Amino acid sequence: MKAAPFEYLVADAIDDVTTGLADFGDEATIIAGGQTLVPLMAMRLARPALLIDVNGIPELQGIDQAAGGVRIKACTRQSDALASPIIAQRVPLLAKALPYVGHAQTRNRGTVGGSIALGDPAAEIPLVATALDARITLQKLASTREIPIRGFYEGPMMTSIEPDECITEILFPPWQEEGRRGTGFQEVSLRHGDFAIVAAAAQVIMGEDGVCRRAAVALGGVAGFPFCLTAAEDALTGTVIDDPAVAAAGAAVDGAVDPQNDLHASAGYRRRVAKVLVERVIREAAQEAAGGAPGDHP
Amino acid sequence: MSEPARRNLVHISRKRRVKEDKRFVSGTGCYVQDVVPPGTRHVAVLTSPYPRARIISIDWQKAAALDGVHAVVTGEELAARTAPLHQALNLPHVVWRPLAVAMVRYAGEWVVAVAAETEHIAEDALDLIEVEYEPLPAILDPEEAMAEDAPLVHPEHGSNILYRGVFTWGPVAEDFEAADHQLTFRARWGRSSTVPIETFGVLAWWREGTDTLDIWASIQMPKYAEQIASALGIPLNNVNVHHDVDVGGAYGVKRGIKHTVLAGYLSRKLGAPVRLIEDRLVNLAGGDAHGPDRIFDTEVAFTSDGIITSLKIRAIDDAGAYPGRGPYQLAKPITAITGPYRINSVRYEAISITSNKTGQVPVRGFGQAPTNYMLETAVDKVAQNLGMDRLEVRRRNFIRSDEFPYTIPSGTAYDSGDYHAVLEKVLDLATYDDLLERRDQRRADGVLAGVGIATCLEPSGGNTMFEHLMYPGAEITTFMEACQVRIDSQGAITAIMGTSSSGQGHETLVATILGEELERDPDDIRVIHASSREGLPTLAPVASRMAIMLGGAAAGAARKLRDQMIRIAAHNLEVPPTELEYSGGTVFARFDHAAKLSWREICFIAHNQSHKMPEGLEPGLQAIHVFQVPGGGKLPDDQNRVQLYPCFAFQAHIPFVEIDPGTGKVTIIAYFIAHDCGTIINPDIVRGMVIGGAAQGIGAALYEKFVYAPDGQFISGTFADYVLPSIFEIPYIEVTEHCTPSPLTSHGQKGTGEGGYLGAPAAIASAVNDALAPRGLSLHELPMRMADIEELLNGGDRI
Amino acid sequence: MKPGTITLEVNGRLRSATAEPRLTLLDFLRYALHLTGTHMGCEHGVCGACTVMFDGSAVRSCLMYAFQAQGHQVTTVEGLCDGDGTPGRIQEAFQEAHGLQCGYCTPGMLISAFALLQSTPDPSDDEIREALGGNLCRCTGYAQIIDAVRLAAVSLKGAGG
Repeated sequence: MKAAPFEYLVADAIDDVTTGLADFGDEATIIAGGQTLVPLMAMRLARPALLIDVNGIPELQGIDQAAGGVRIKACTRQSDALASPIIAQRVPLLAKALPYVGHAQTRNRGTVGGSIALGDPAAEIPLVATALDARITLQKLASTREIPIRGFYEGPMMTSIEPDECITEILFPPWQEEGRRGTGFQEVSLRHGDFAIVAAAAQVIMGEDGVCRRAAVALGGVAGFPFCLTAAEDALTGTVIDDPAVAAAGAAVDGAVDPQNDLHASAGYRRRVAKVLVERVIREAAQEAAGGAPGDHP
Repeated sequence: MSEPARRNLVHISRKRRVKEDKRFVSGTGCYVQDVVPPGTRHVAVLTSPYPRARIISIDWQKAAALDGVHAVVTGEELAARTAPLHQALNLPHVVWRPLAVAMVRYAGEWVVAVAAETEHIAEDALDLIEVEYEPLPAILDPEEAMAEDAPLVHPEHGSNILYRGVFTWGPVAEDFEAADHQLTFRARWGRSSTVPIETFGVLAWWREGTDTLDIWASIQMPKYAEQIASALGIPLNNVNVHHDVDVGGAYGVKRGIKHTVLAGYLSRKLGAPVRLIEDRLVNLAGGDAHGPDRIFDTEVAFTSDGIITSLKIRAIDDAGAYPGRGPYQLAKPITAITGPYRINSVRYEAISITSNKTGQVPVRGFGQAPTNYMLETAVDKVAQNLGMDRLEVRRRNFIRSDEFPYTIPSGTAYDSGDYHAVLEKVLDLATYDDLLERRDQRRADGVLAGVGIATCLEPSGGNTMFEHLMYPGAEITTFMEACQVRIDSQGAITAIMGTSSSGQGHETLVATILGEELERDPDDIRVIHASSREGLPTLAPVASRMAIMLGGAAAGAARKLRDQMIRIAAHNLEVPPTELEYSGGTVFARFDHAAKLSWREICFIAHNQSHKMPEGLEPGLQAIHVFQVPGGGKLPDDQNRVQLYPCFAFQAHIPFVEIDPGTGKVTIIAYFIAHDCGTIINPDIVRGMVIGGAAQGIGAALYEKFVYAPDGQFISGTFADYVLPSIFEIPYIEVTEHCTPSPLTSHGQKGTGEGGYLGAPAAIASAVNDALAPRGLSLHELPMRMADIEELLNGGDRI
Repeated sequence: MKPGTITLEVNGRLRSATAEPRLTLLDFLRYALHLTGTHMGCEHGVCGACTVMFDGSAVRSCLMYAFQAQGHQVTTVEGLCDGDGTPGRIQEAFQEAHGLQCGYCTPGMLISAFALLQSTPDPSDDEIREALGGNLCRCTGYAQIIDAVRLAAVSLKGAGG
């Protein structure tokens, strides 16, 4: 399993990247963490003529916070994101999801931007980014644009990124609503650390009166890309999150998903489990917001 | 052969570091991938994307012209210059070669081989080869394969049935007639195997100047050198297999025949060393990887008291396109066809099928694991049918400890055992009643929880006369192992074993036994591996045989050396040998301890002072012992009854599982094993074998399956799809021991390498079914994957 | 695609060799630098047999190209030994607890254990599992590996870290 031959370029700055992409078009591929790209190349499923290494670009590393939200530079290691007090405080849903992303050894190389760019339909980071309405900055030689992640994905591993664009950062905007925040993240995978078969993420803000001010509920692994279950969000917003509310949110799943069969699980499995996980993450988020410990899940 | 129970053991059964571990933790093991002499050519293989197709043309000119490519070989060339690979059964029309000729018969079959300067260039060359195929309908289901109009995998064989035999031992018809009850069930063992982390690899180096084909390989294969020599048409004593290659796990599967014949052929053609290392894609699809793939239809006759009187078993096994030794995995289980139970009669029908799937290789247990899964399912079903406790049914049916040696209907005598005691030990270890309470409490919490119980017999020692049952006329009755021991002029002990090792700690085994017999420190004893041409008779570490057979050979050699030393001392002390004592390597006169010769003195005499040597003793101190399997040497009688393996270890497993009803995910909360392998030579090695085998069994029960799509594409091609359990999926397994020594072995030891793998799938199935029982559901097909369980619980389409 | 020279620090020493860009760090360590202790199990980043330390973190060397290691620091299993090849404390603990059988996954396990014990000298069993969850073993069933890491933790504490 040896890769096909390629040229290798170490980029020192973002301009090196965008220039290389502009010159080589779809013959060039960025290598960041490489945790998905390198196996694809070993199997010769990917055969870029040029690999542009972005690991040495300082402007692509780092996490910071401002009024506009938490900014994670694209080449930030998943392990650094997991260890980040800023993310733990400000984007707790991401902090909750990160331990599910592969293993310690893959998180030591894998990057936040790399996961976003790959767009695996079951991946945890794109799921959380979708749930939290993150925004991505894409840079090319002549220009930069910032777009919402909702709409960035067009299909399984297909994004609207242009051949000469590079993701430079991901912004998680803050939620402005008053109240207590709670998060829920659940996934089903074959083994601990494997890609999710189905994953669900939720975040709620609960008012003092126990009414939900705002809810985000998103699913991964049951469509071409992660998406928000807006009907579920509507079912929760403005109401107490009791059993009927949770059931109403769960009922929204069936019509919204379009899962696939594969050797590990049928479409039917994914459909049924998606509903189970949505209900669980909502309960988890609601309980956390209420100050209780997460429920005793089986 | 064994000595009577005697003095306390000094080294055997004591905690001792495993010698081999030192080189492995230092990163200084020598595996086949580490053997790369200058000038080595590297091989890559192009494989078939189709399960069944005619090869219309192969265009490899561009590949051959690529810079750095040394050879491109197709099946035609190889077929002209080598003999077909050996099939274990008598199947003249099933022709197996390293590279396909005219037809491909499984997705992943090797079609073209390239040898190049590097693996990278070899793979670049593969990209330049164009093969034109005419795809044909494939046969993928063993029951469909048996139909009259099924497409034939090997047309000249005339059918897809490679073997069909029926064995009847005892009054089956009468026992069924007389039984109070009968039940019937089907159990399915999905295609999986023990998949080592190191793939198979070989470095073959043909040097005309020395008339030698040197082979370094990650190998665990009886008669490996013989098969290579035969296929390449060279004398056996031109083949030199280096057994001092460390093997990164084998557990049965590393057979390497097609790889080695291909590499050997290329080496001769190129006049250079040739290296073929399976990458993981090649390994999982078409390497040495797939194991039993079996359907059992079983009828059980039993009394109202839960006594099982008779079994009718039909086993259909899909051996794949090129079965090799695979079909014998249907016959080996005959050695314990009734398990640990006093079942009066058995009818056993074994059917081996060929299909357009990868050929099957032997896997740990050689067919015993699927069979035990079926047997334990039968016992649980009897219990369920009668509303009787699963433990009670077992207790009533176990062979009793005072009944050994116990001969089962198929003619094998079990040497020793106390199954009731082992069962009590595991119940104790598991605090069984508390465990049931815990289970019931979890059920009250709304969780699916189950406690499983399964036992298994581990036949060990390797008398494989079952080959004769499936292939009458084979008449092979020698199953031996050898050990040569030398004491050098300085008194240091070196032992030589004749085969490779893959983590079983054979060097430690031999050193410990020699240390015990010669009363010297095992840590000072060096154990090395002879090459095949250095010629110690061996049958490789299969059949859970090495503690018994290599141990017996080592003990035999040690006893010969001790006798030699006593004779030298007798001669020099002028005292008859009967008046001498041997202690710690010193020999002294019983009546006068001052009259003695030390170890060093005896060694010096033996090597240097022929004038002090007794008549008839050769110079030096060396002995070889070739140990024939106990109970071996007999052919089956006219009822197909014969003694198979000599020694029977026994295990009882109790897992406690919880199942998430929403997702089907199984979590093993706790796992307890009690085992009896007779005398334990090294406690750490034995514990590792028990737990490691159980972990592989958990994989087979819950995670692992080689999957083919309906069109015959092989879709579990990577470790993302063939799922090996990690440290998260395997609980910390608690183990306790019992000991019923074997009367047949040097120190009472039995084998222990397979038992975990034989017991765990049955035990996990028992636990999962216990968890599903309150819902009135059960599952009798392995693996029981998460989605399989959820689908059973919540309905919906099958995967 | 021309080969180039890669220079990096391996096990505390500066090492150099030529390689083409597509050579993985694993193959570079094994075949260009002759450090055969690190093993190939799958080449697609699942089994962990290839685990090495890279700038102080455990990574899968089959998922990096050698050129990406230019100028960086790598520790392999050989680097866990003392200068004269004597096994270090973690390796001693694995021997004492027999946390291995065939030895093939062992170098990767040792590196992951080393990484764990550097950051977490007194790990819980959950932390041990988390650290070793990406290293597959087929021989041991993991129990004796857990024993070995617990023992290594004790041993390192006794030695003052």
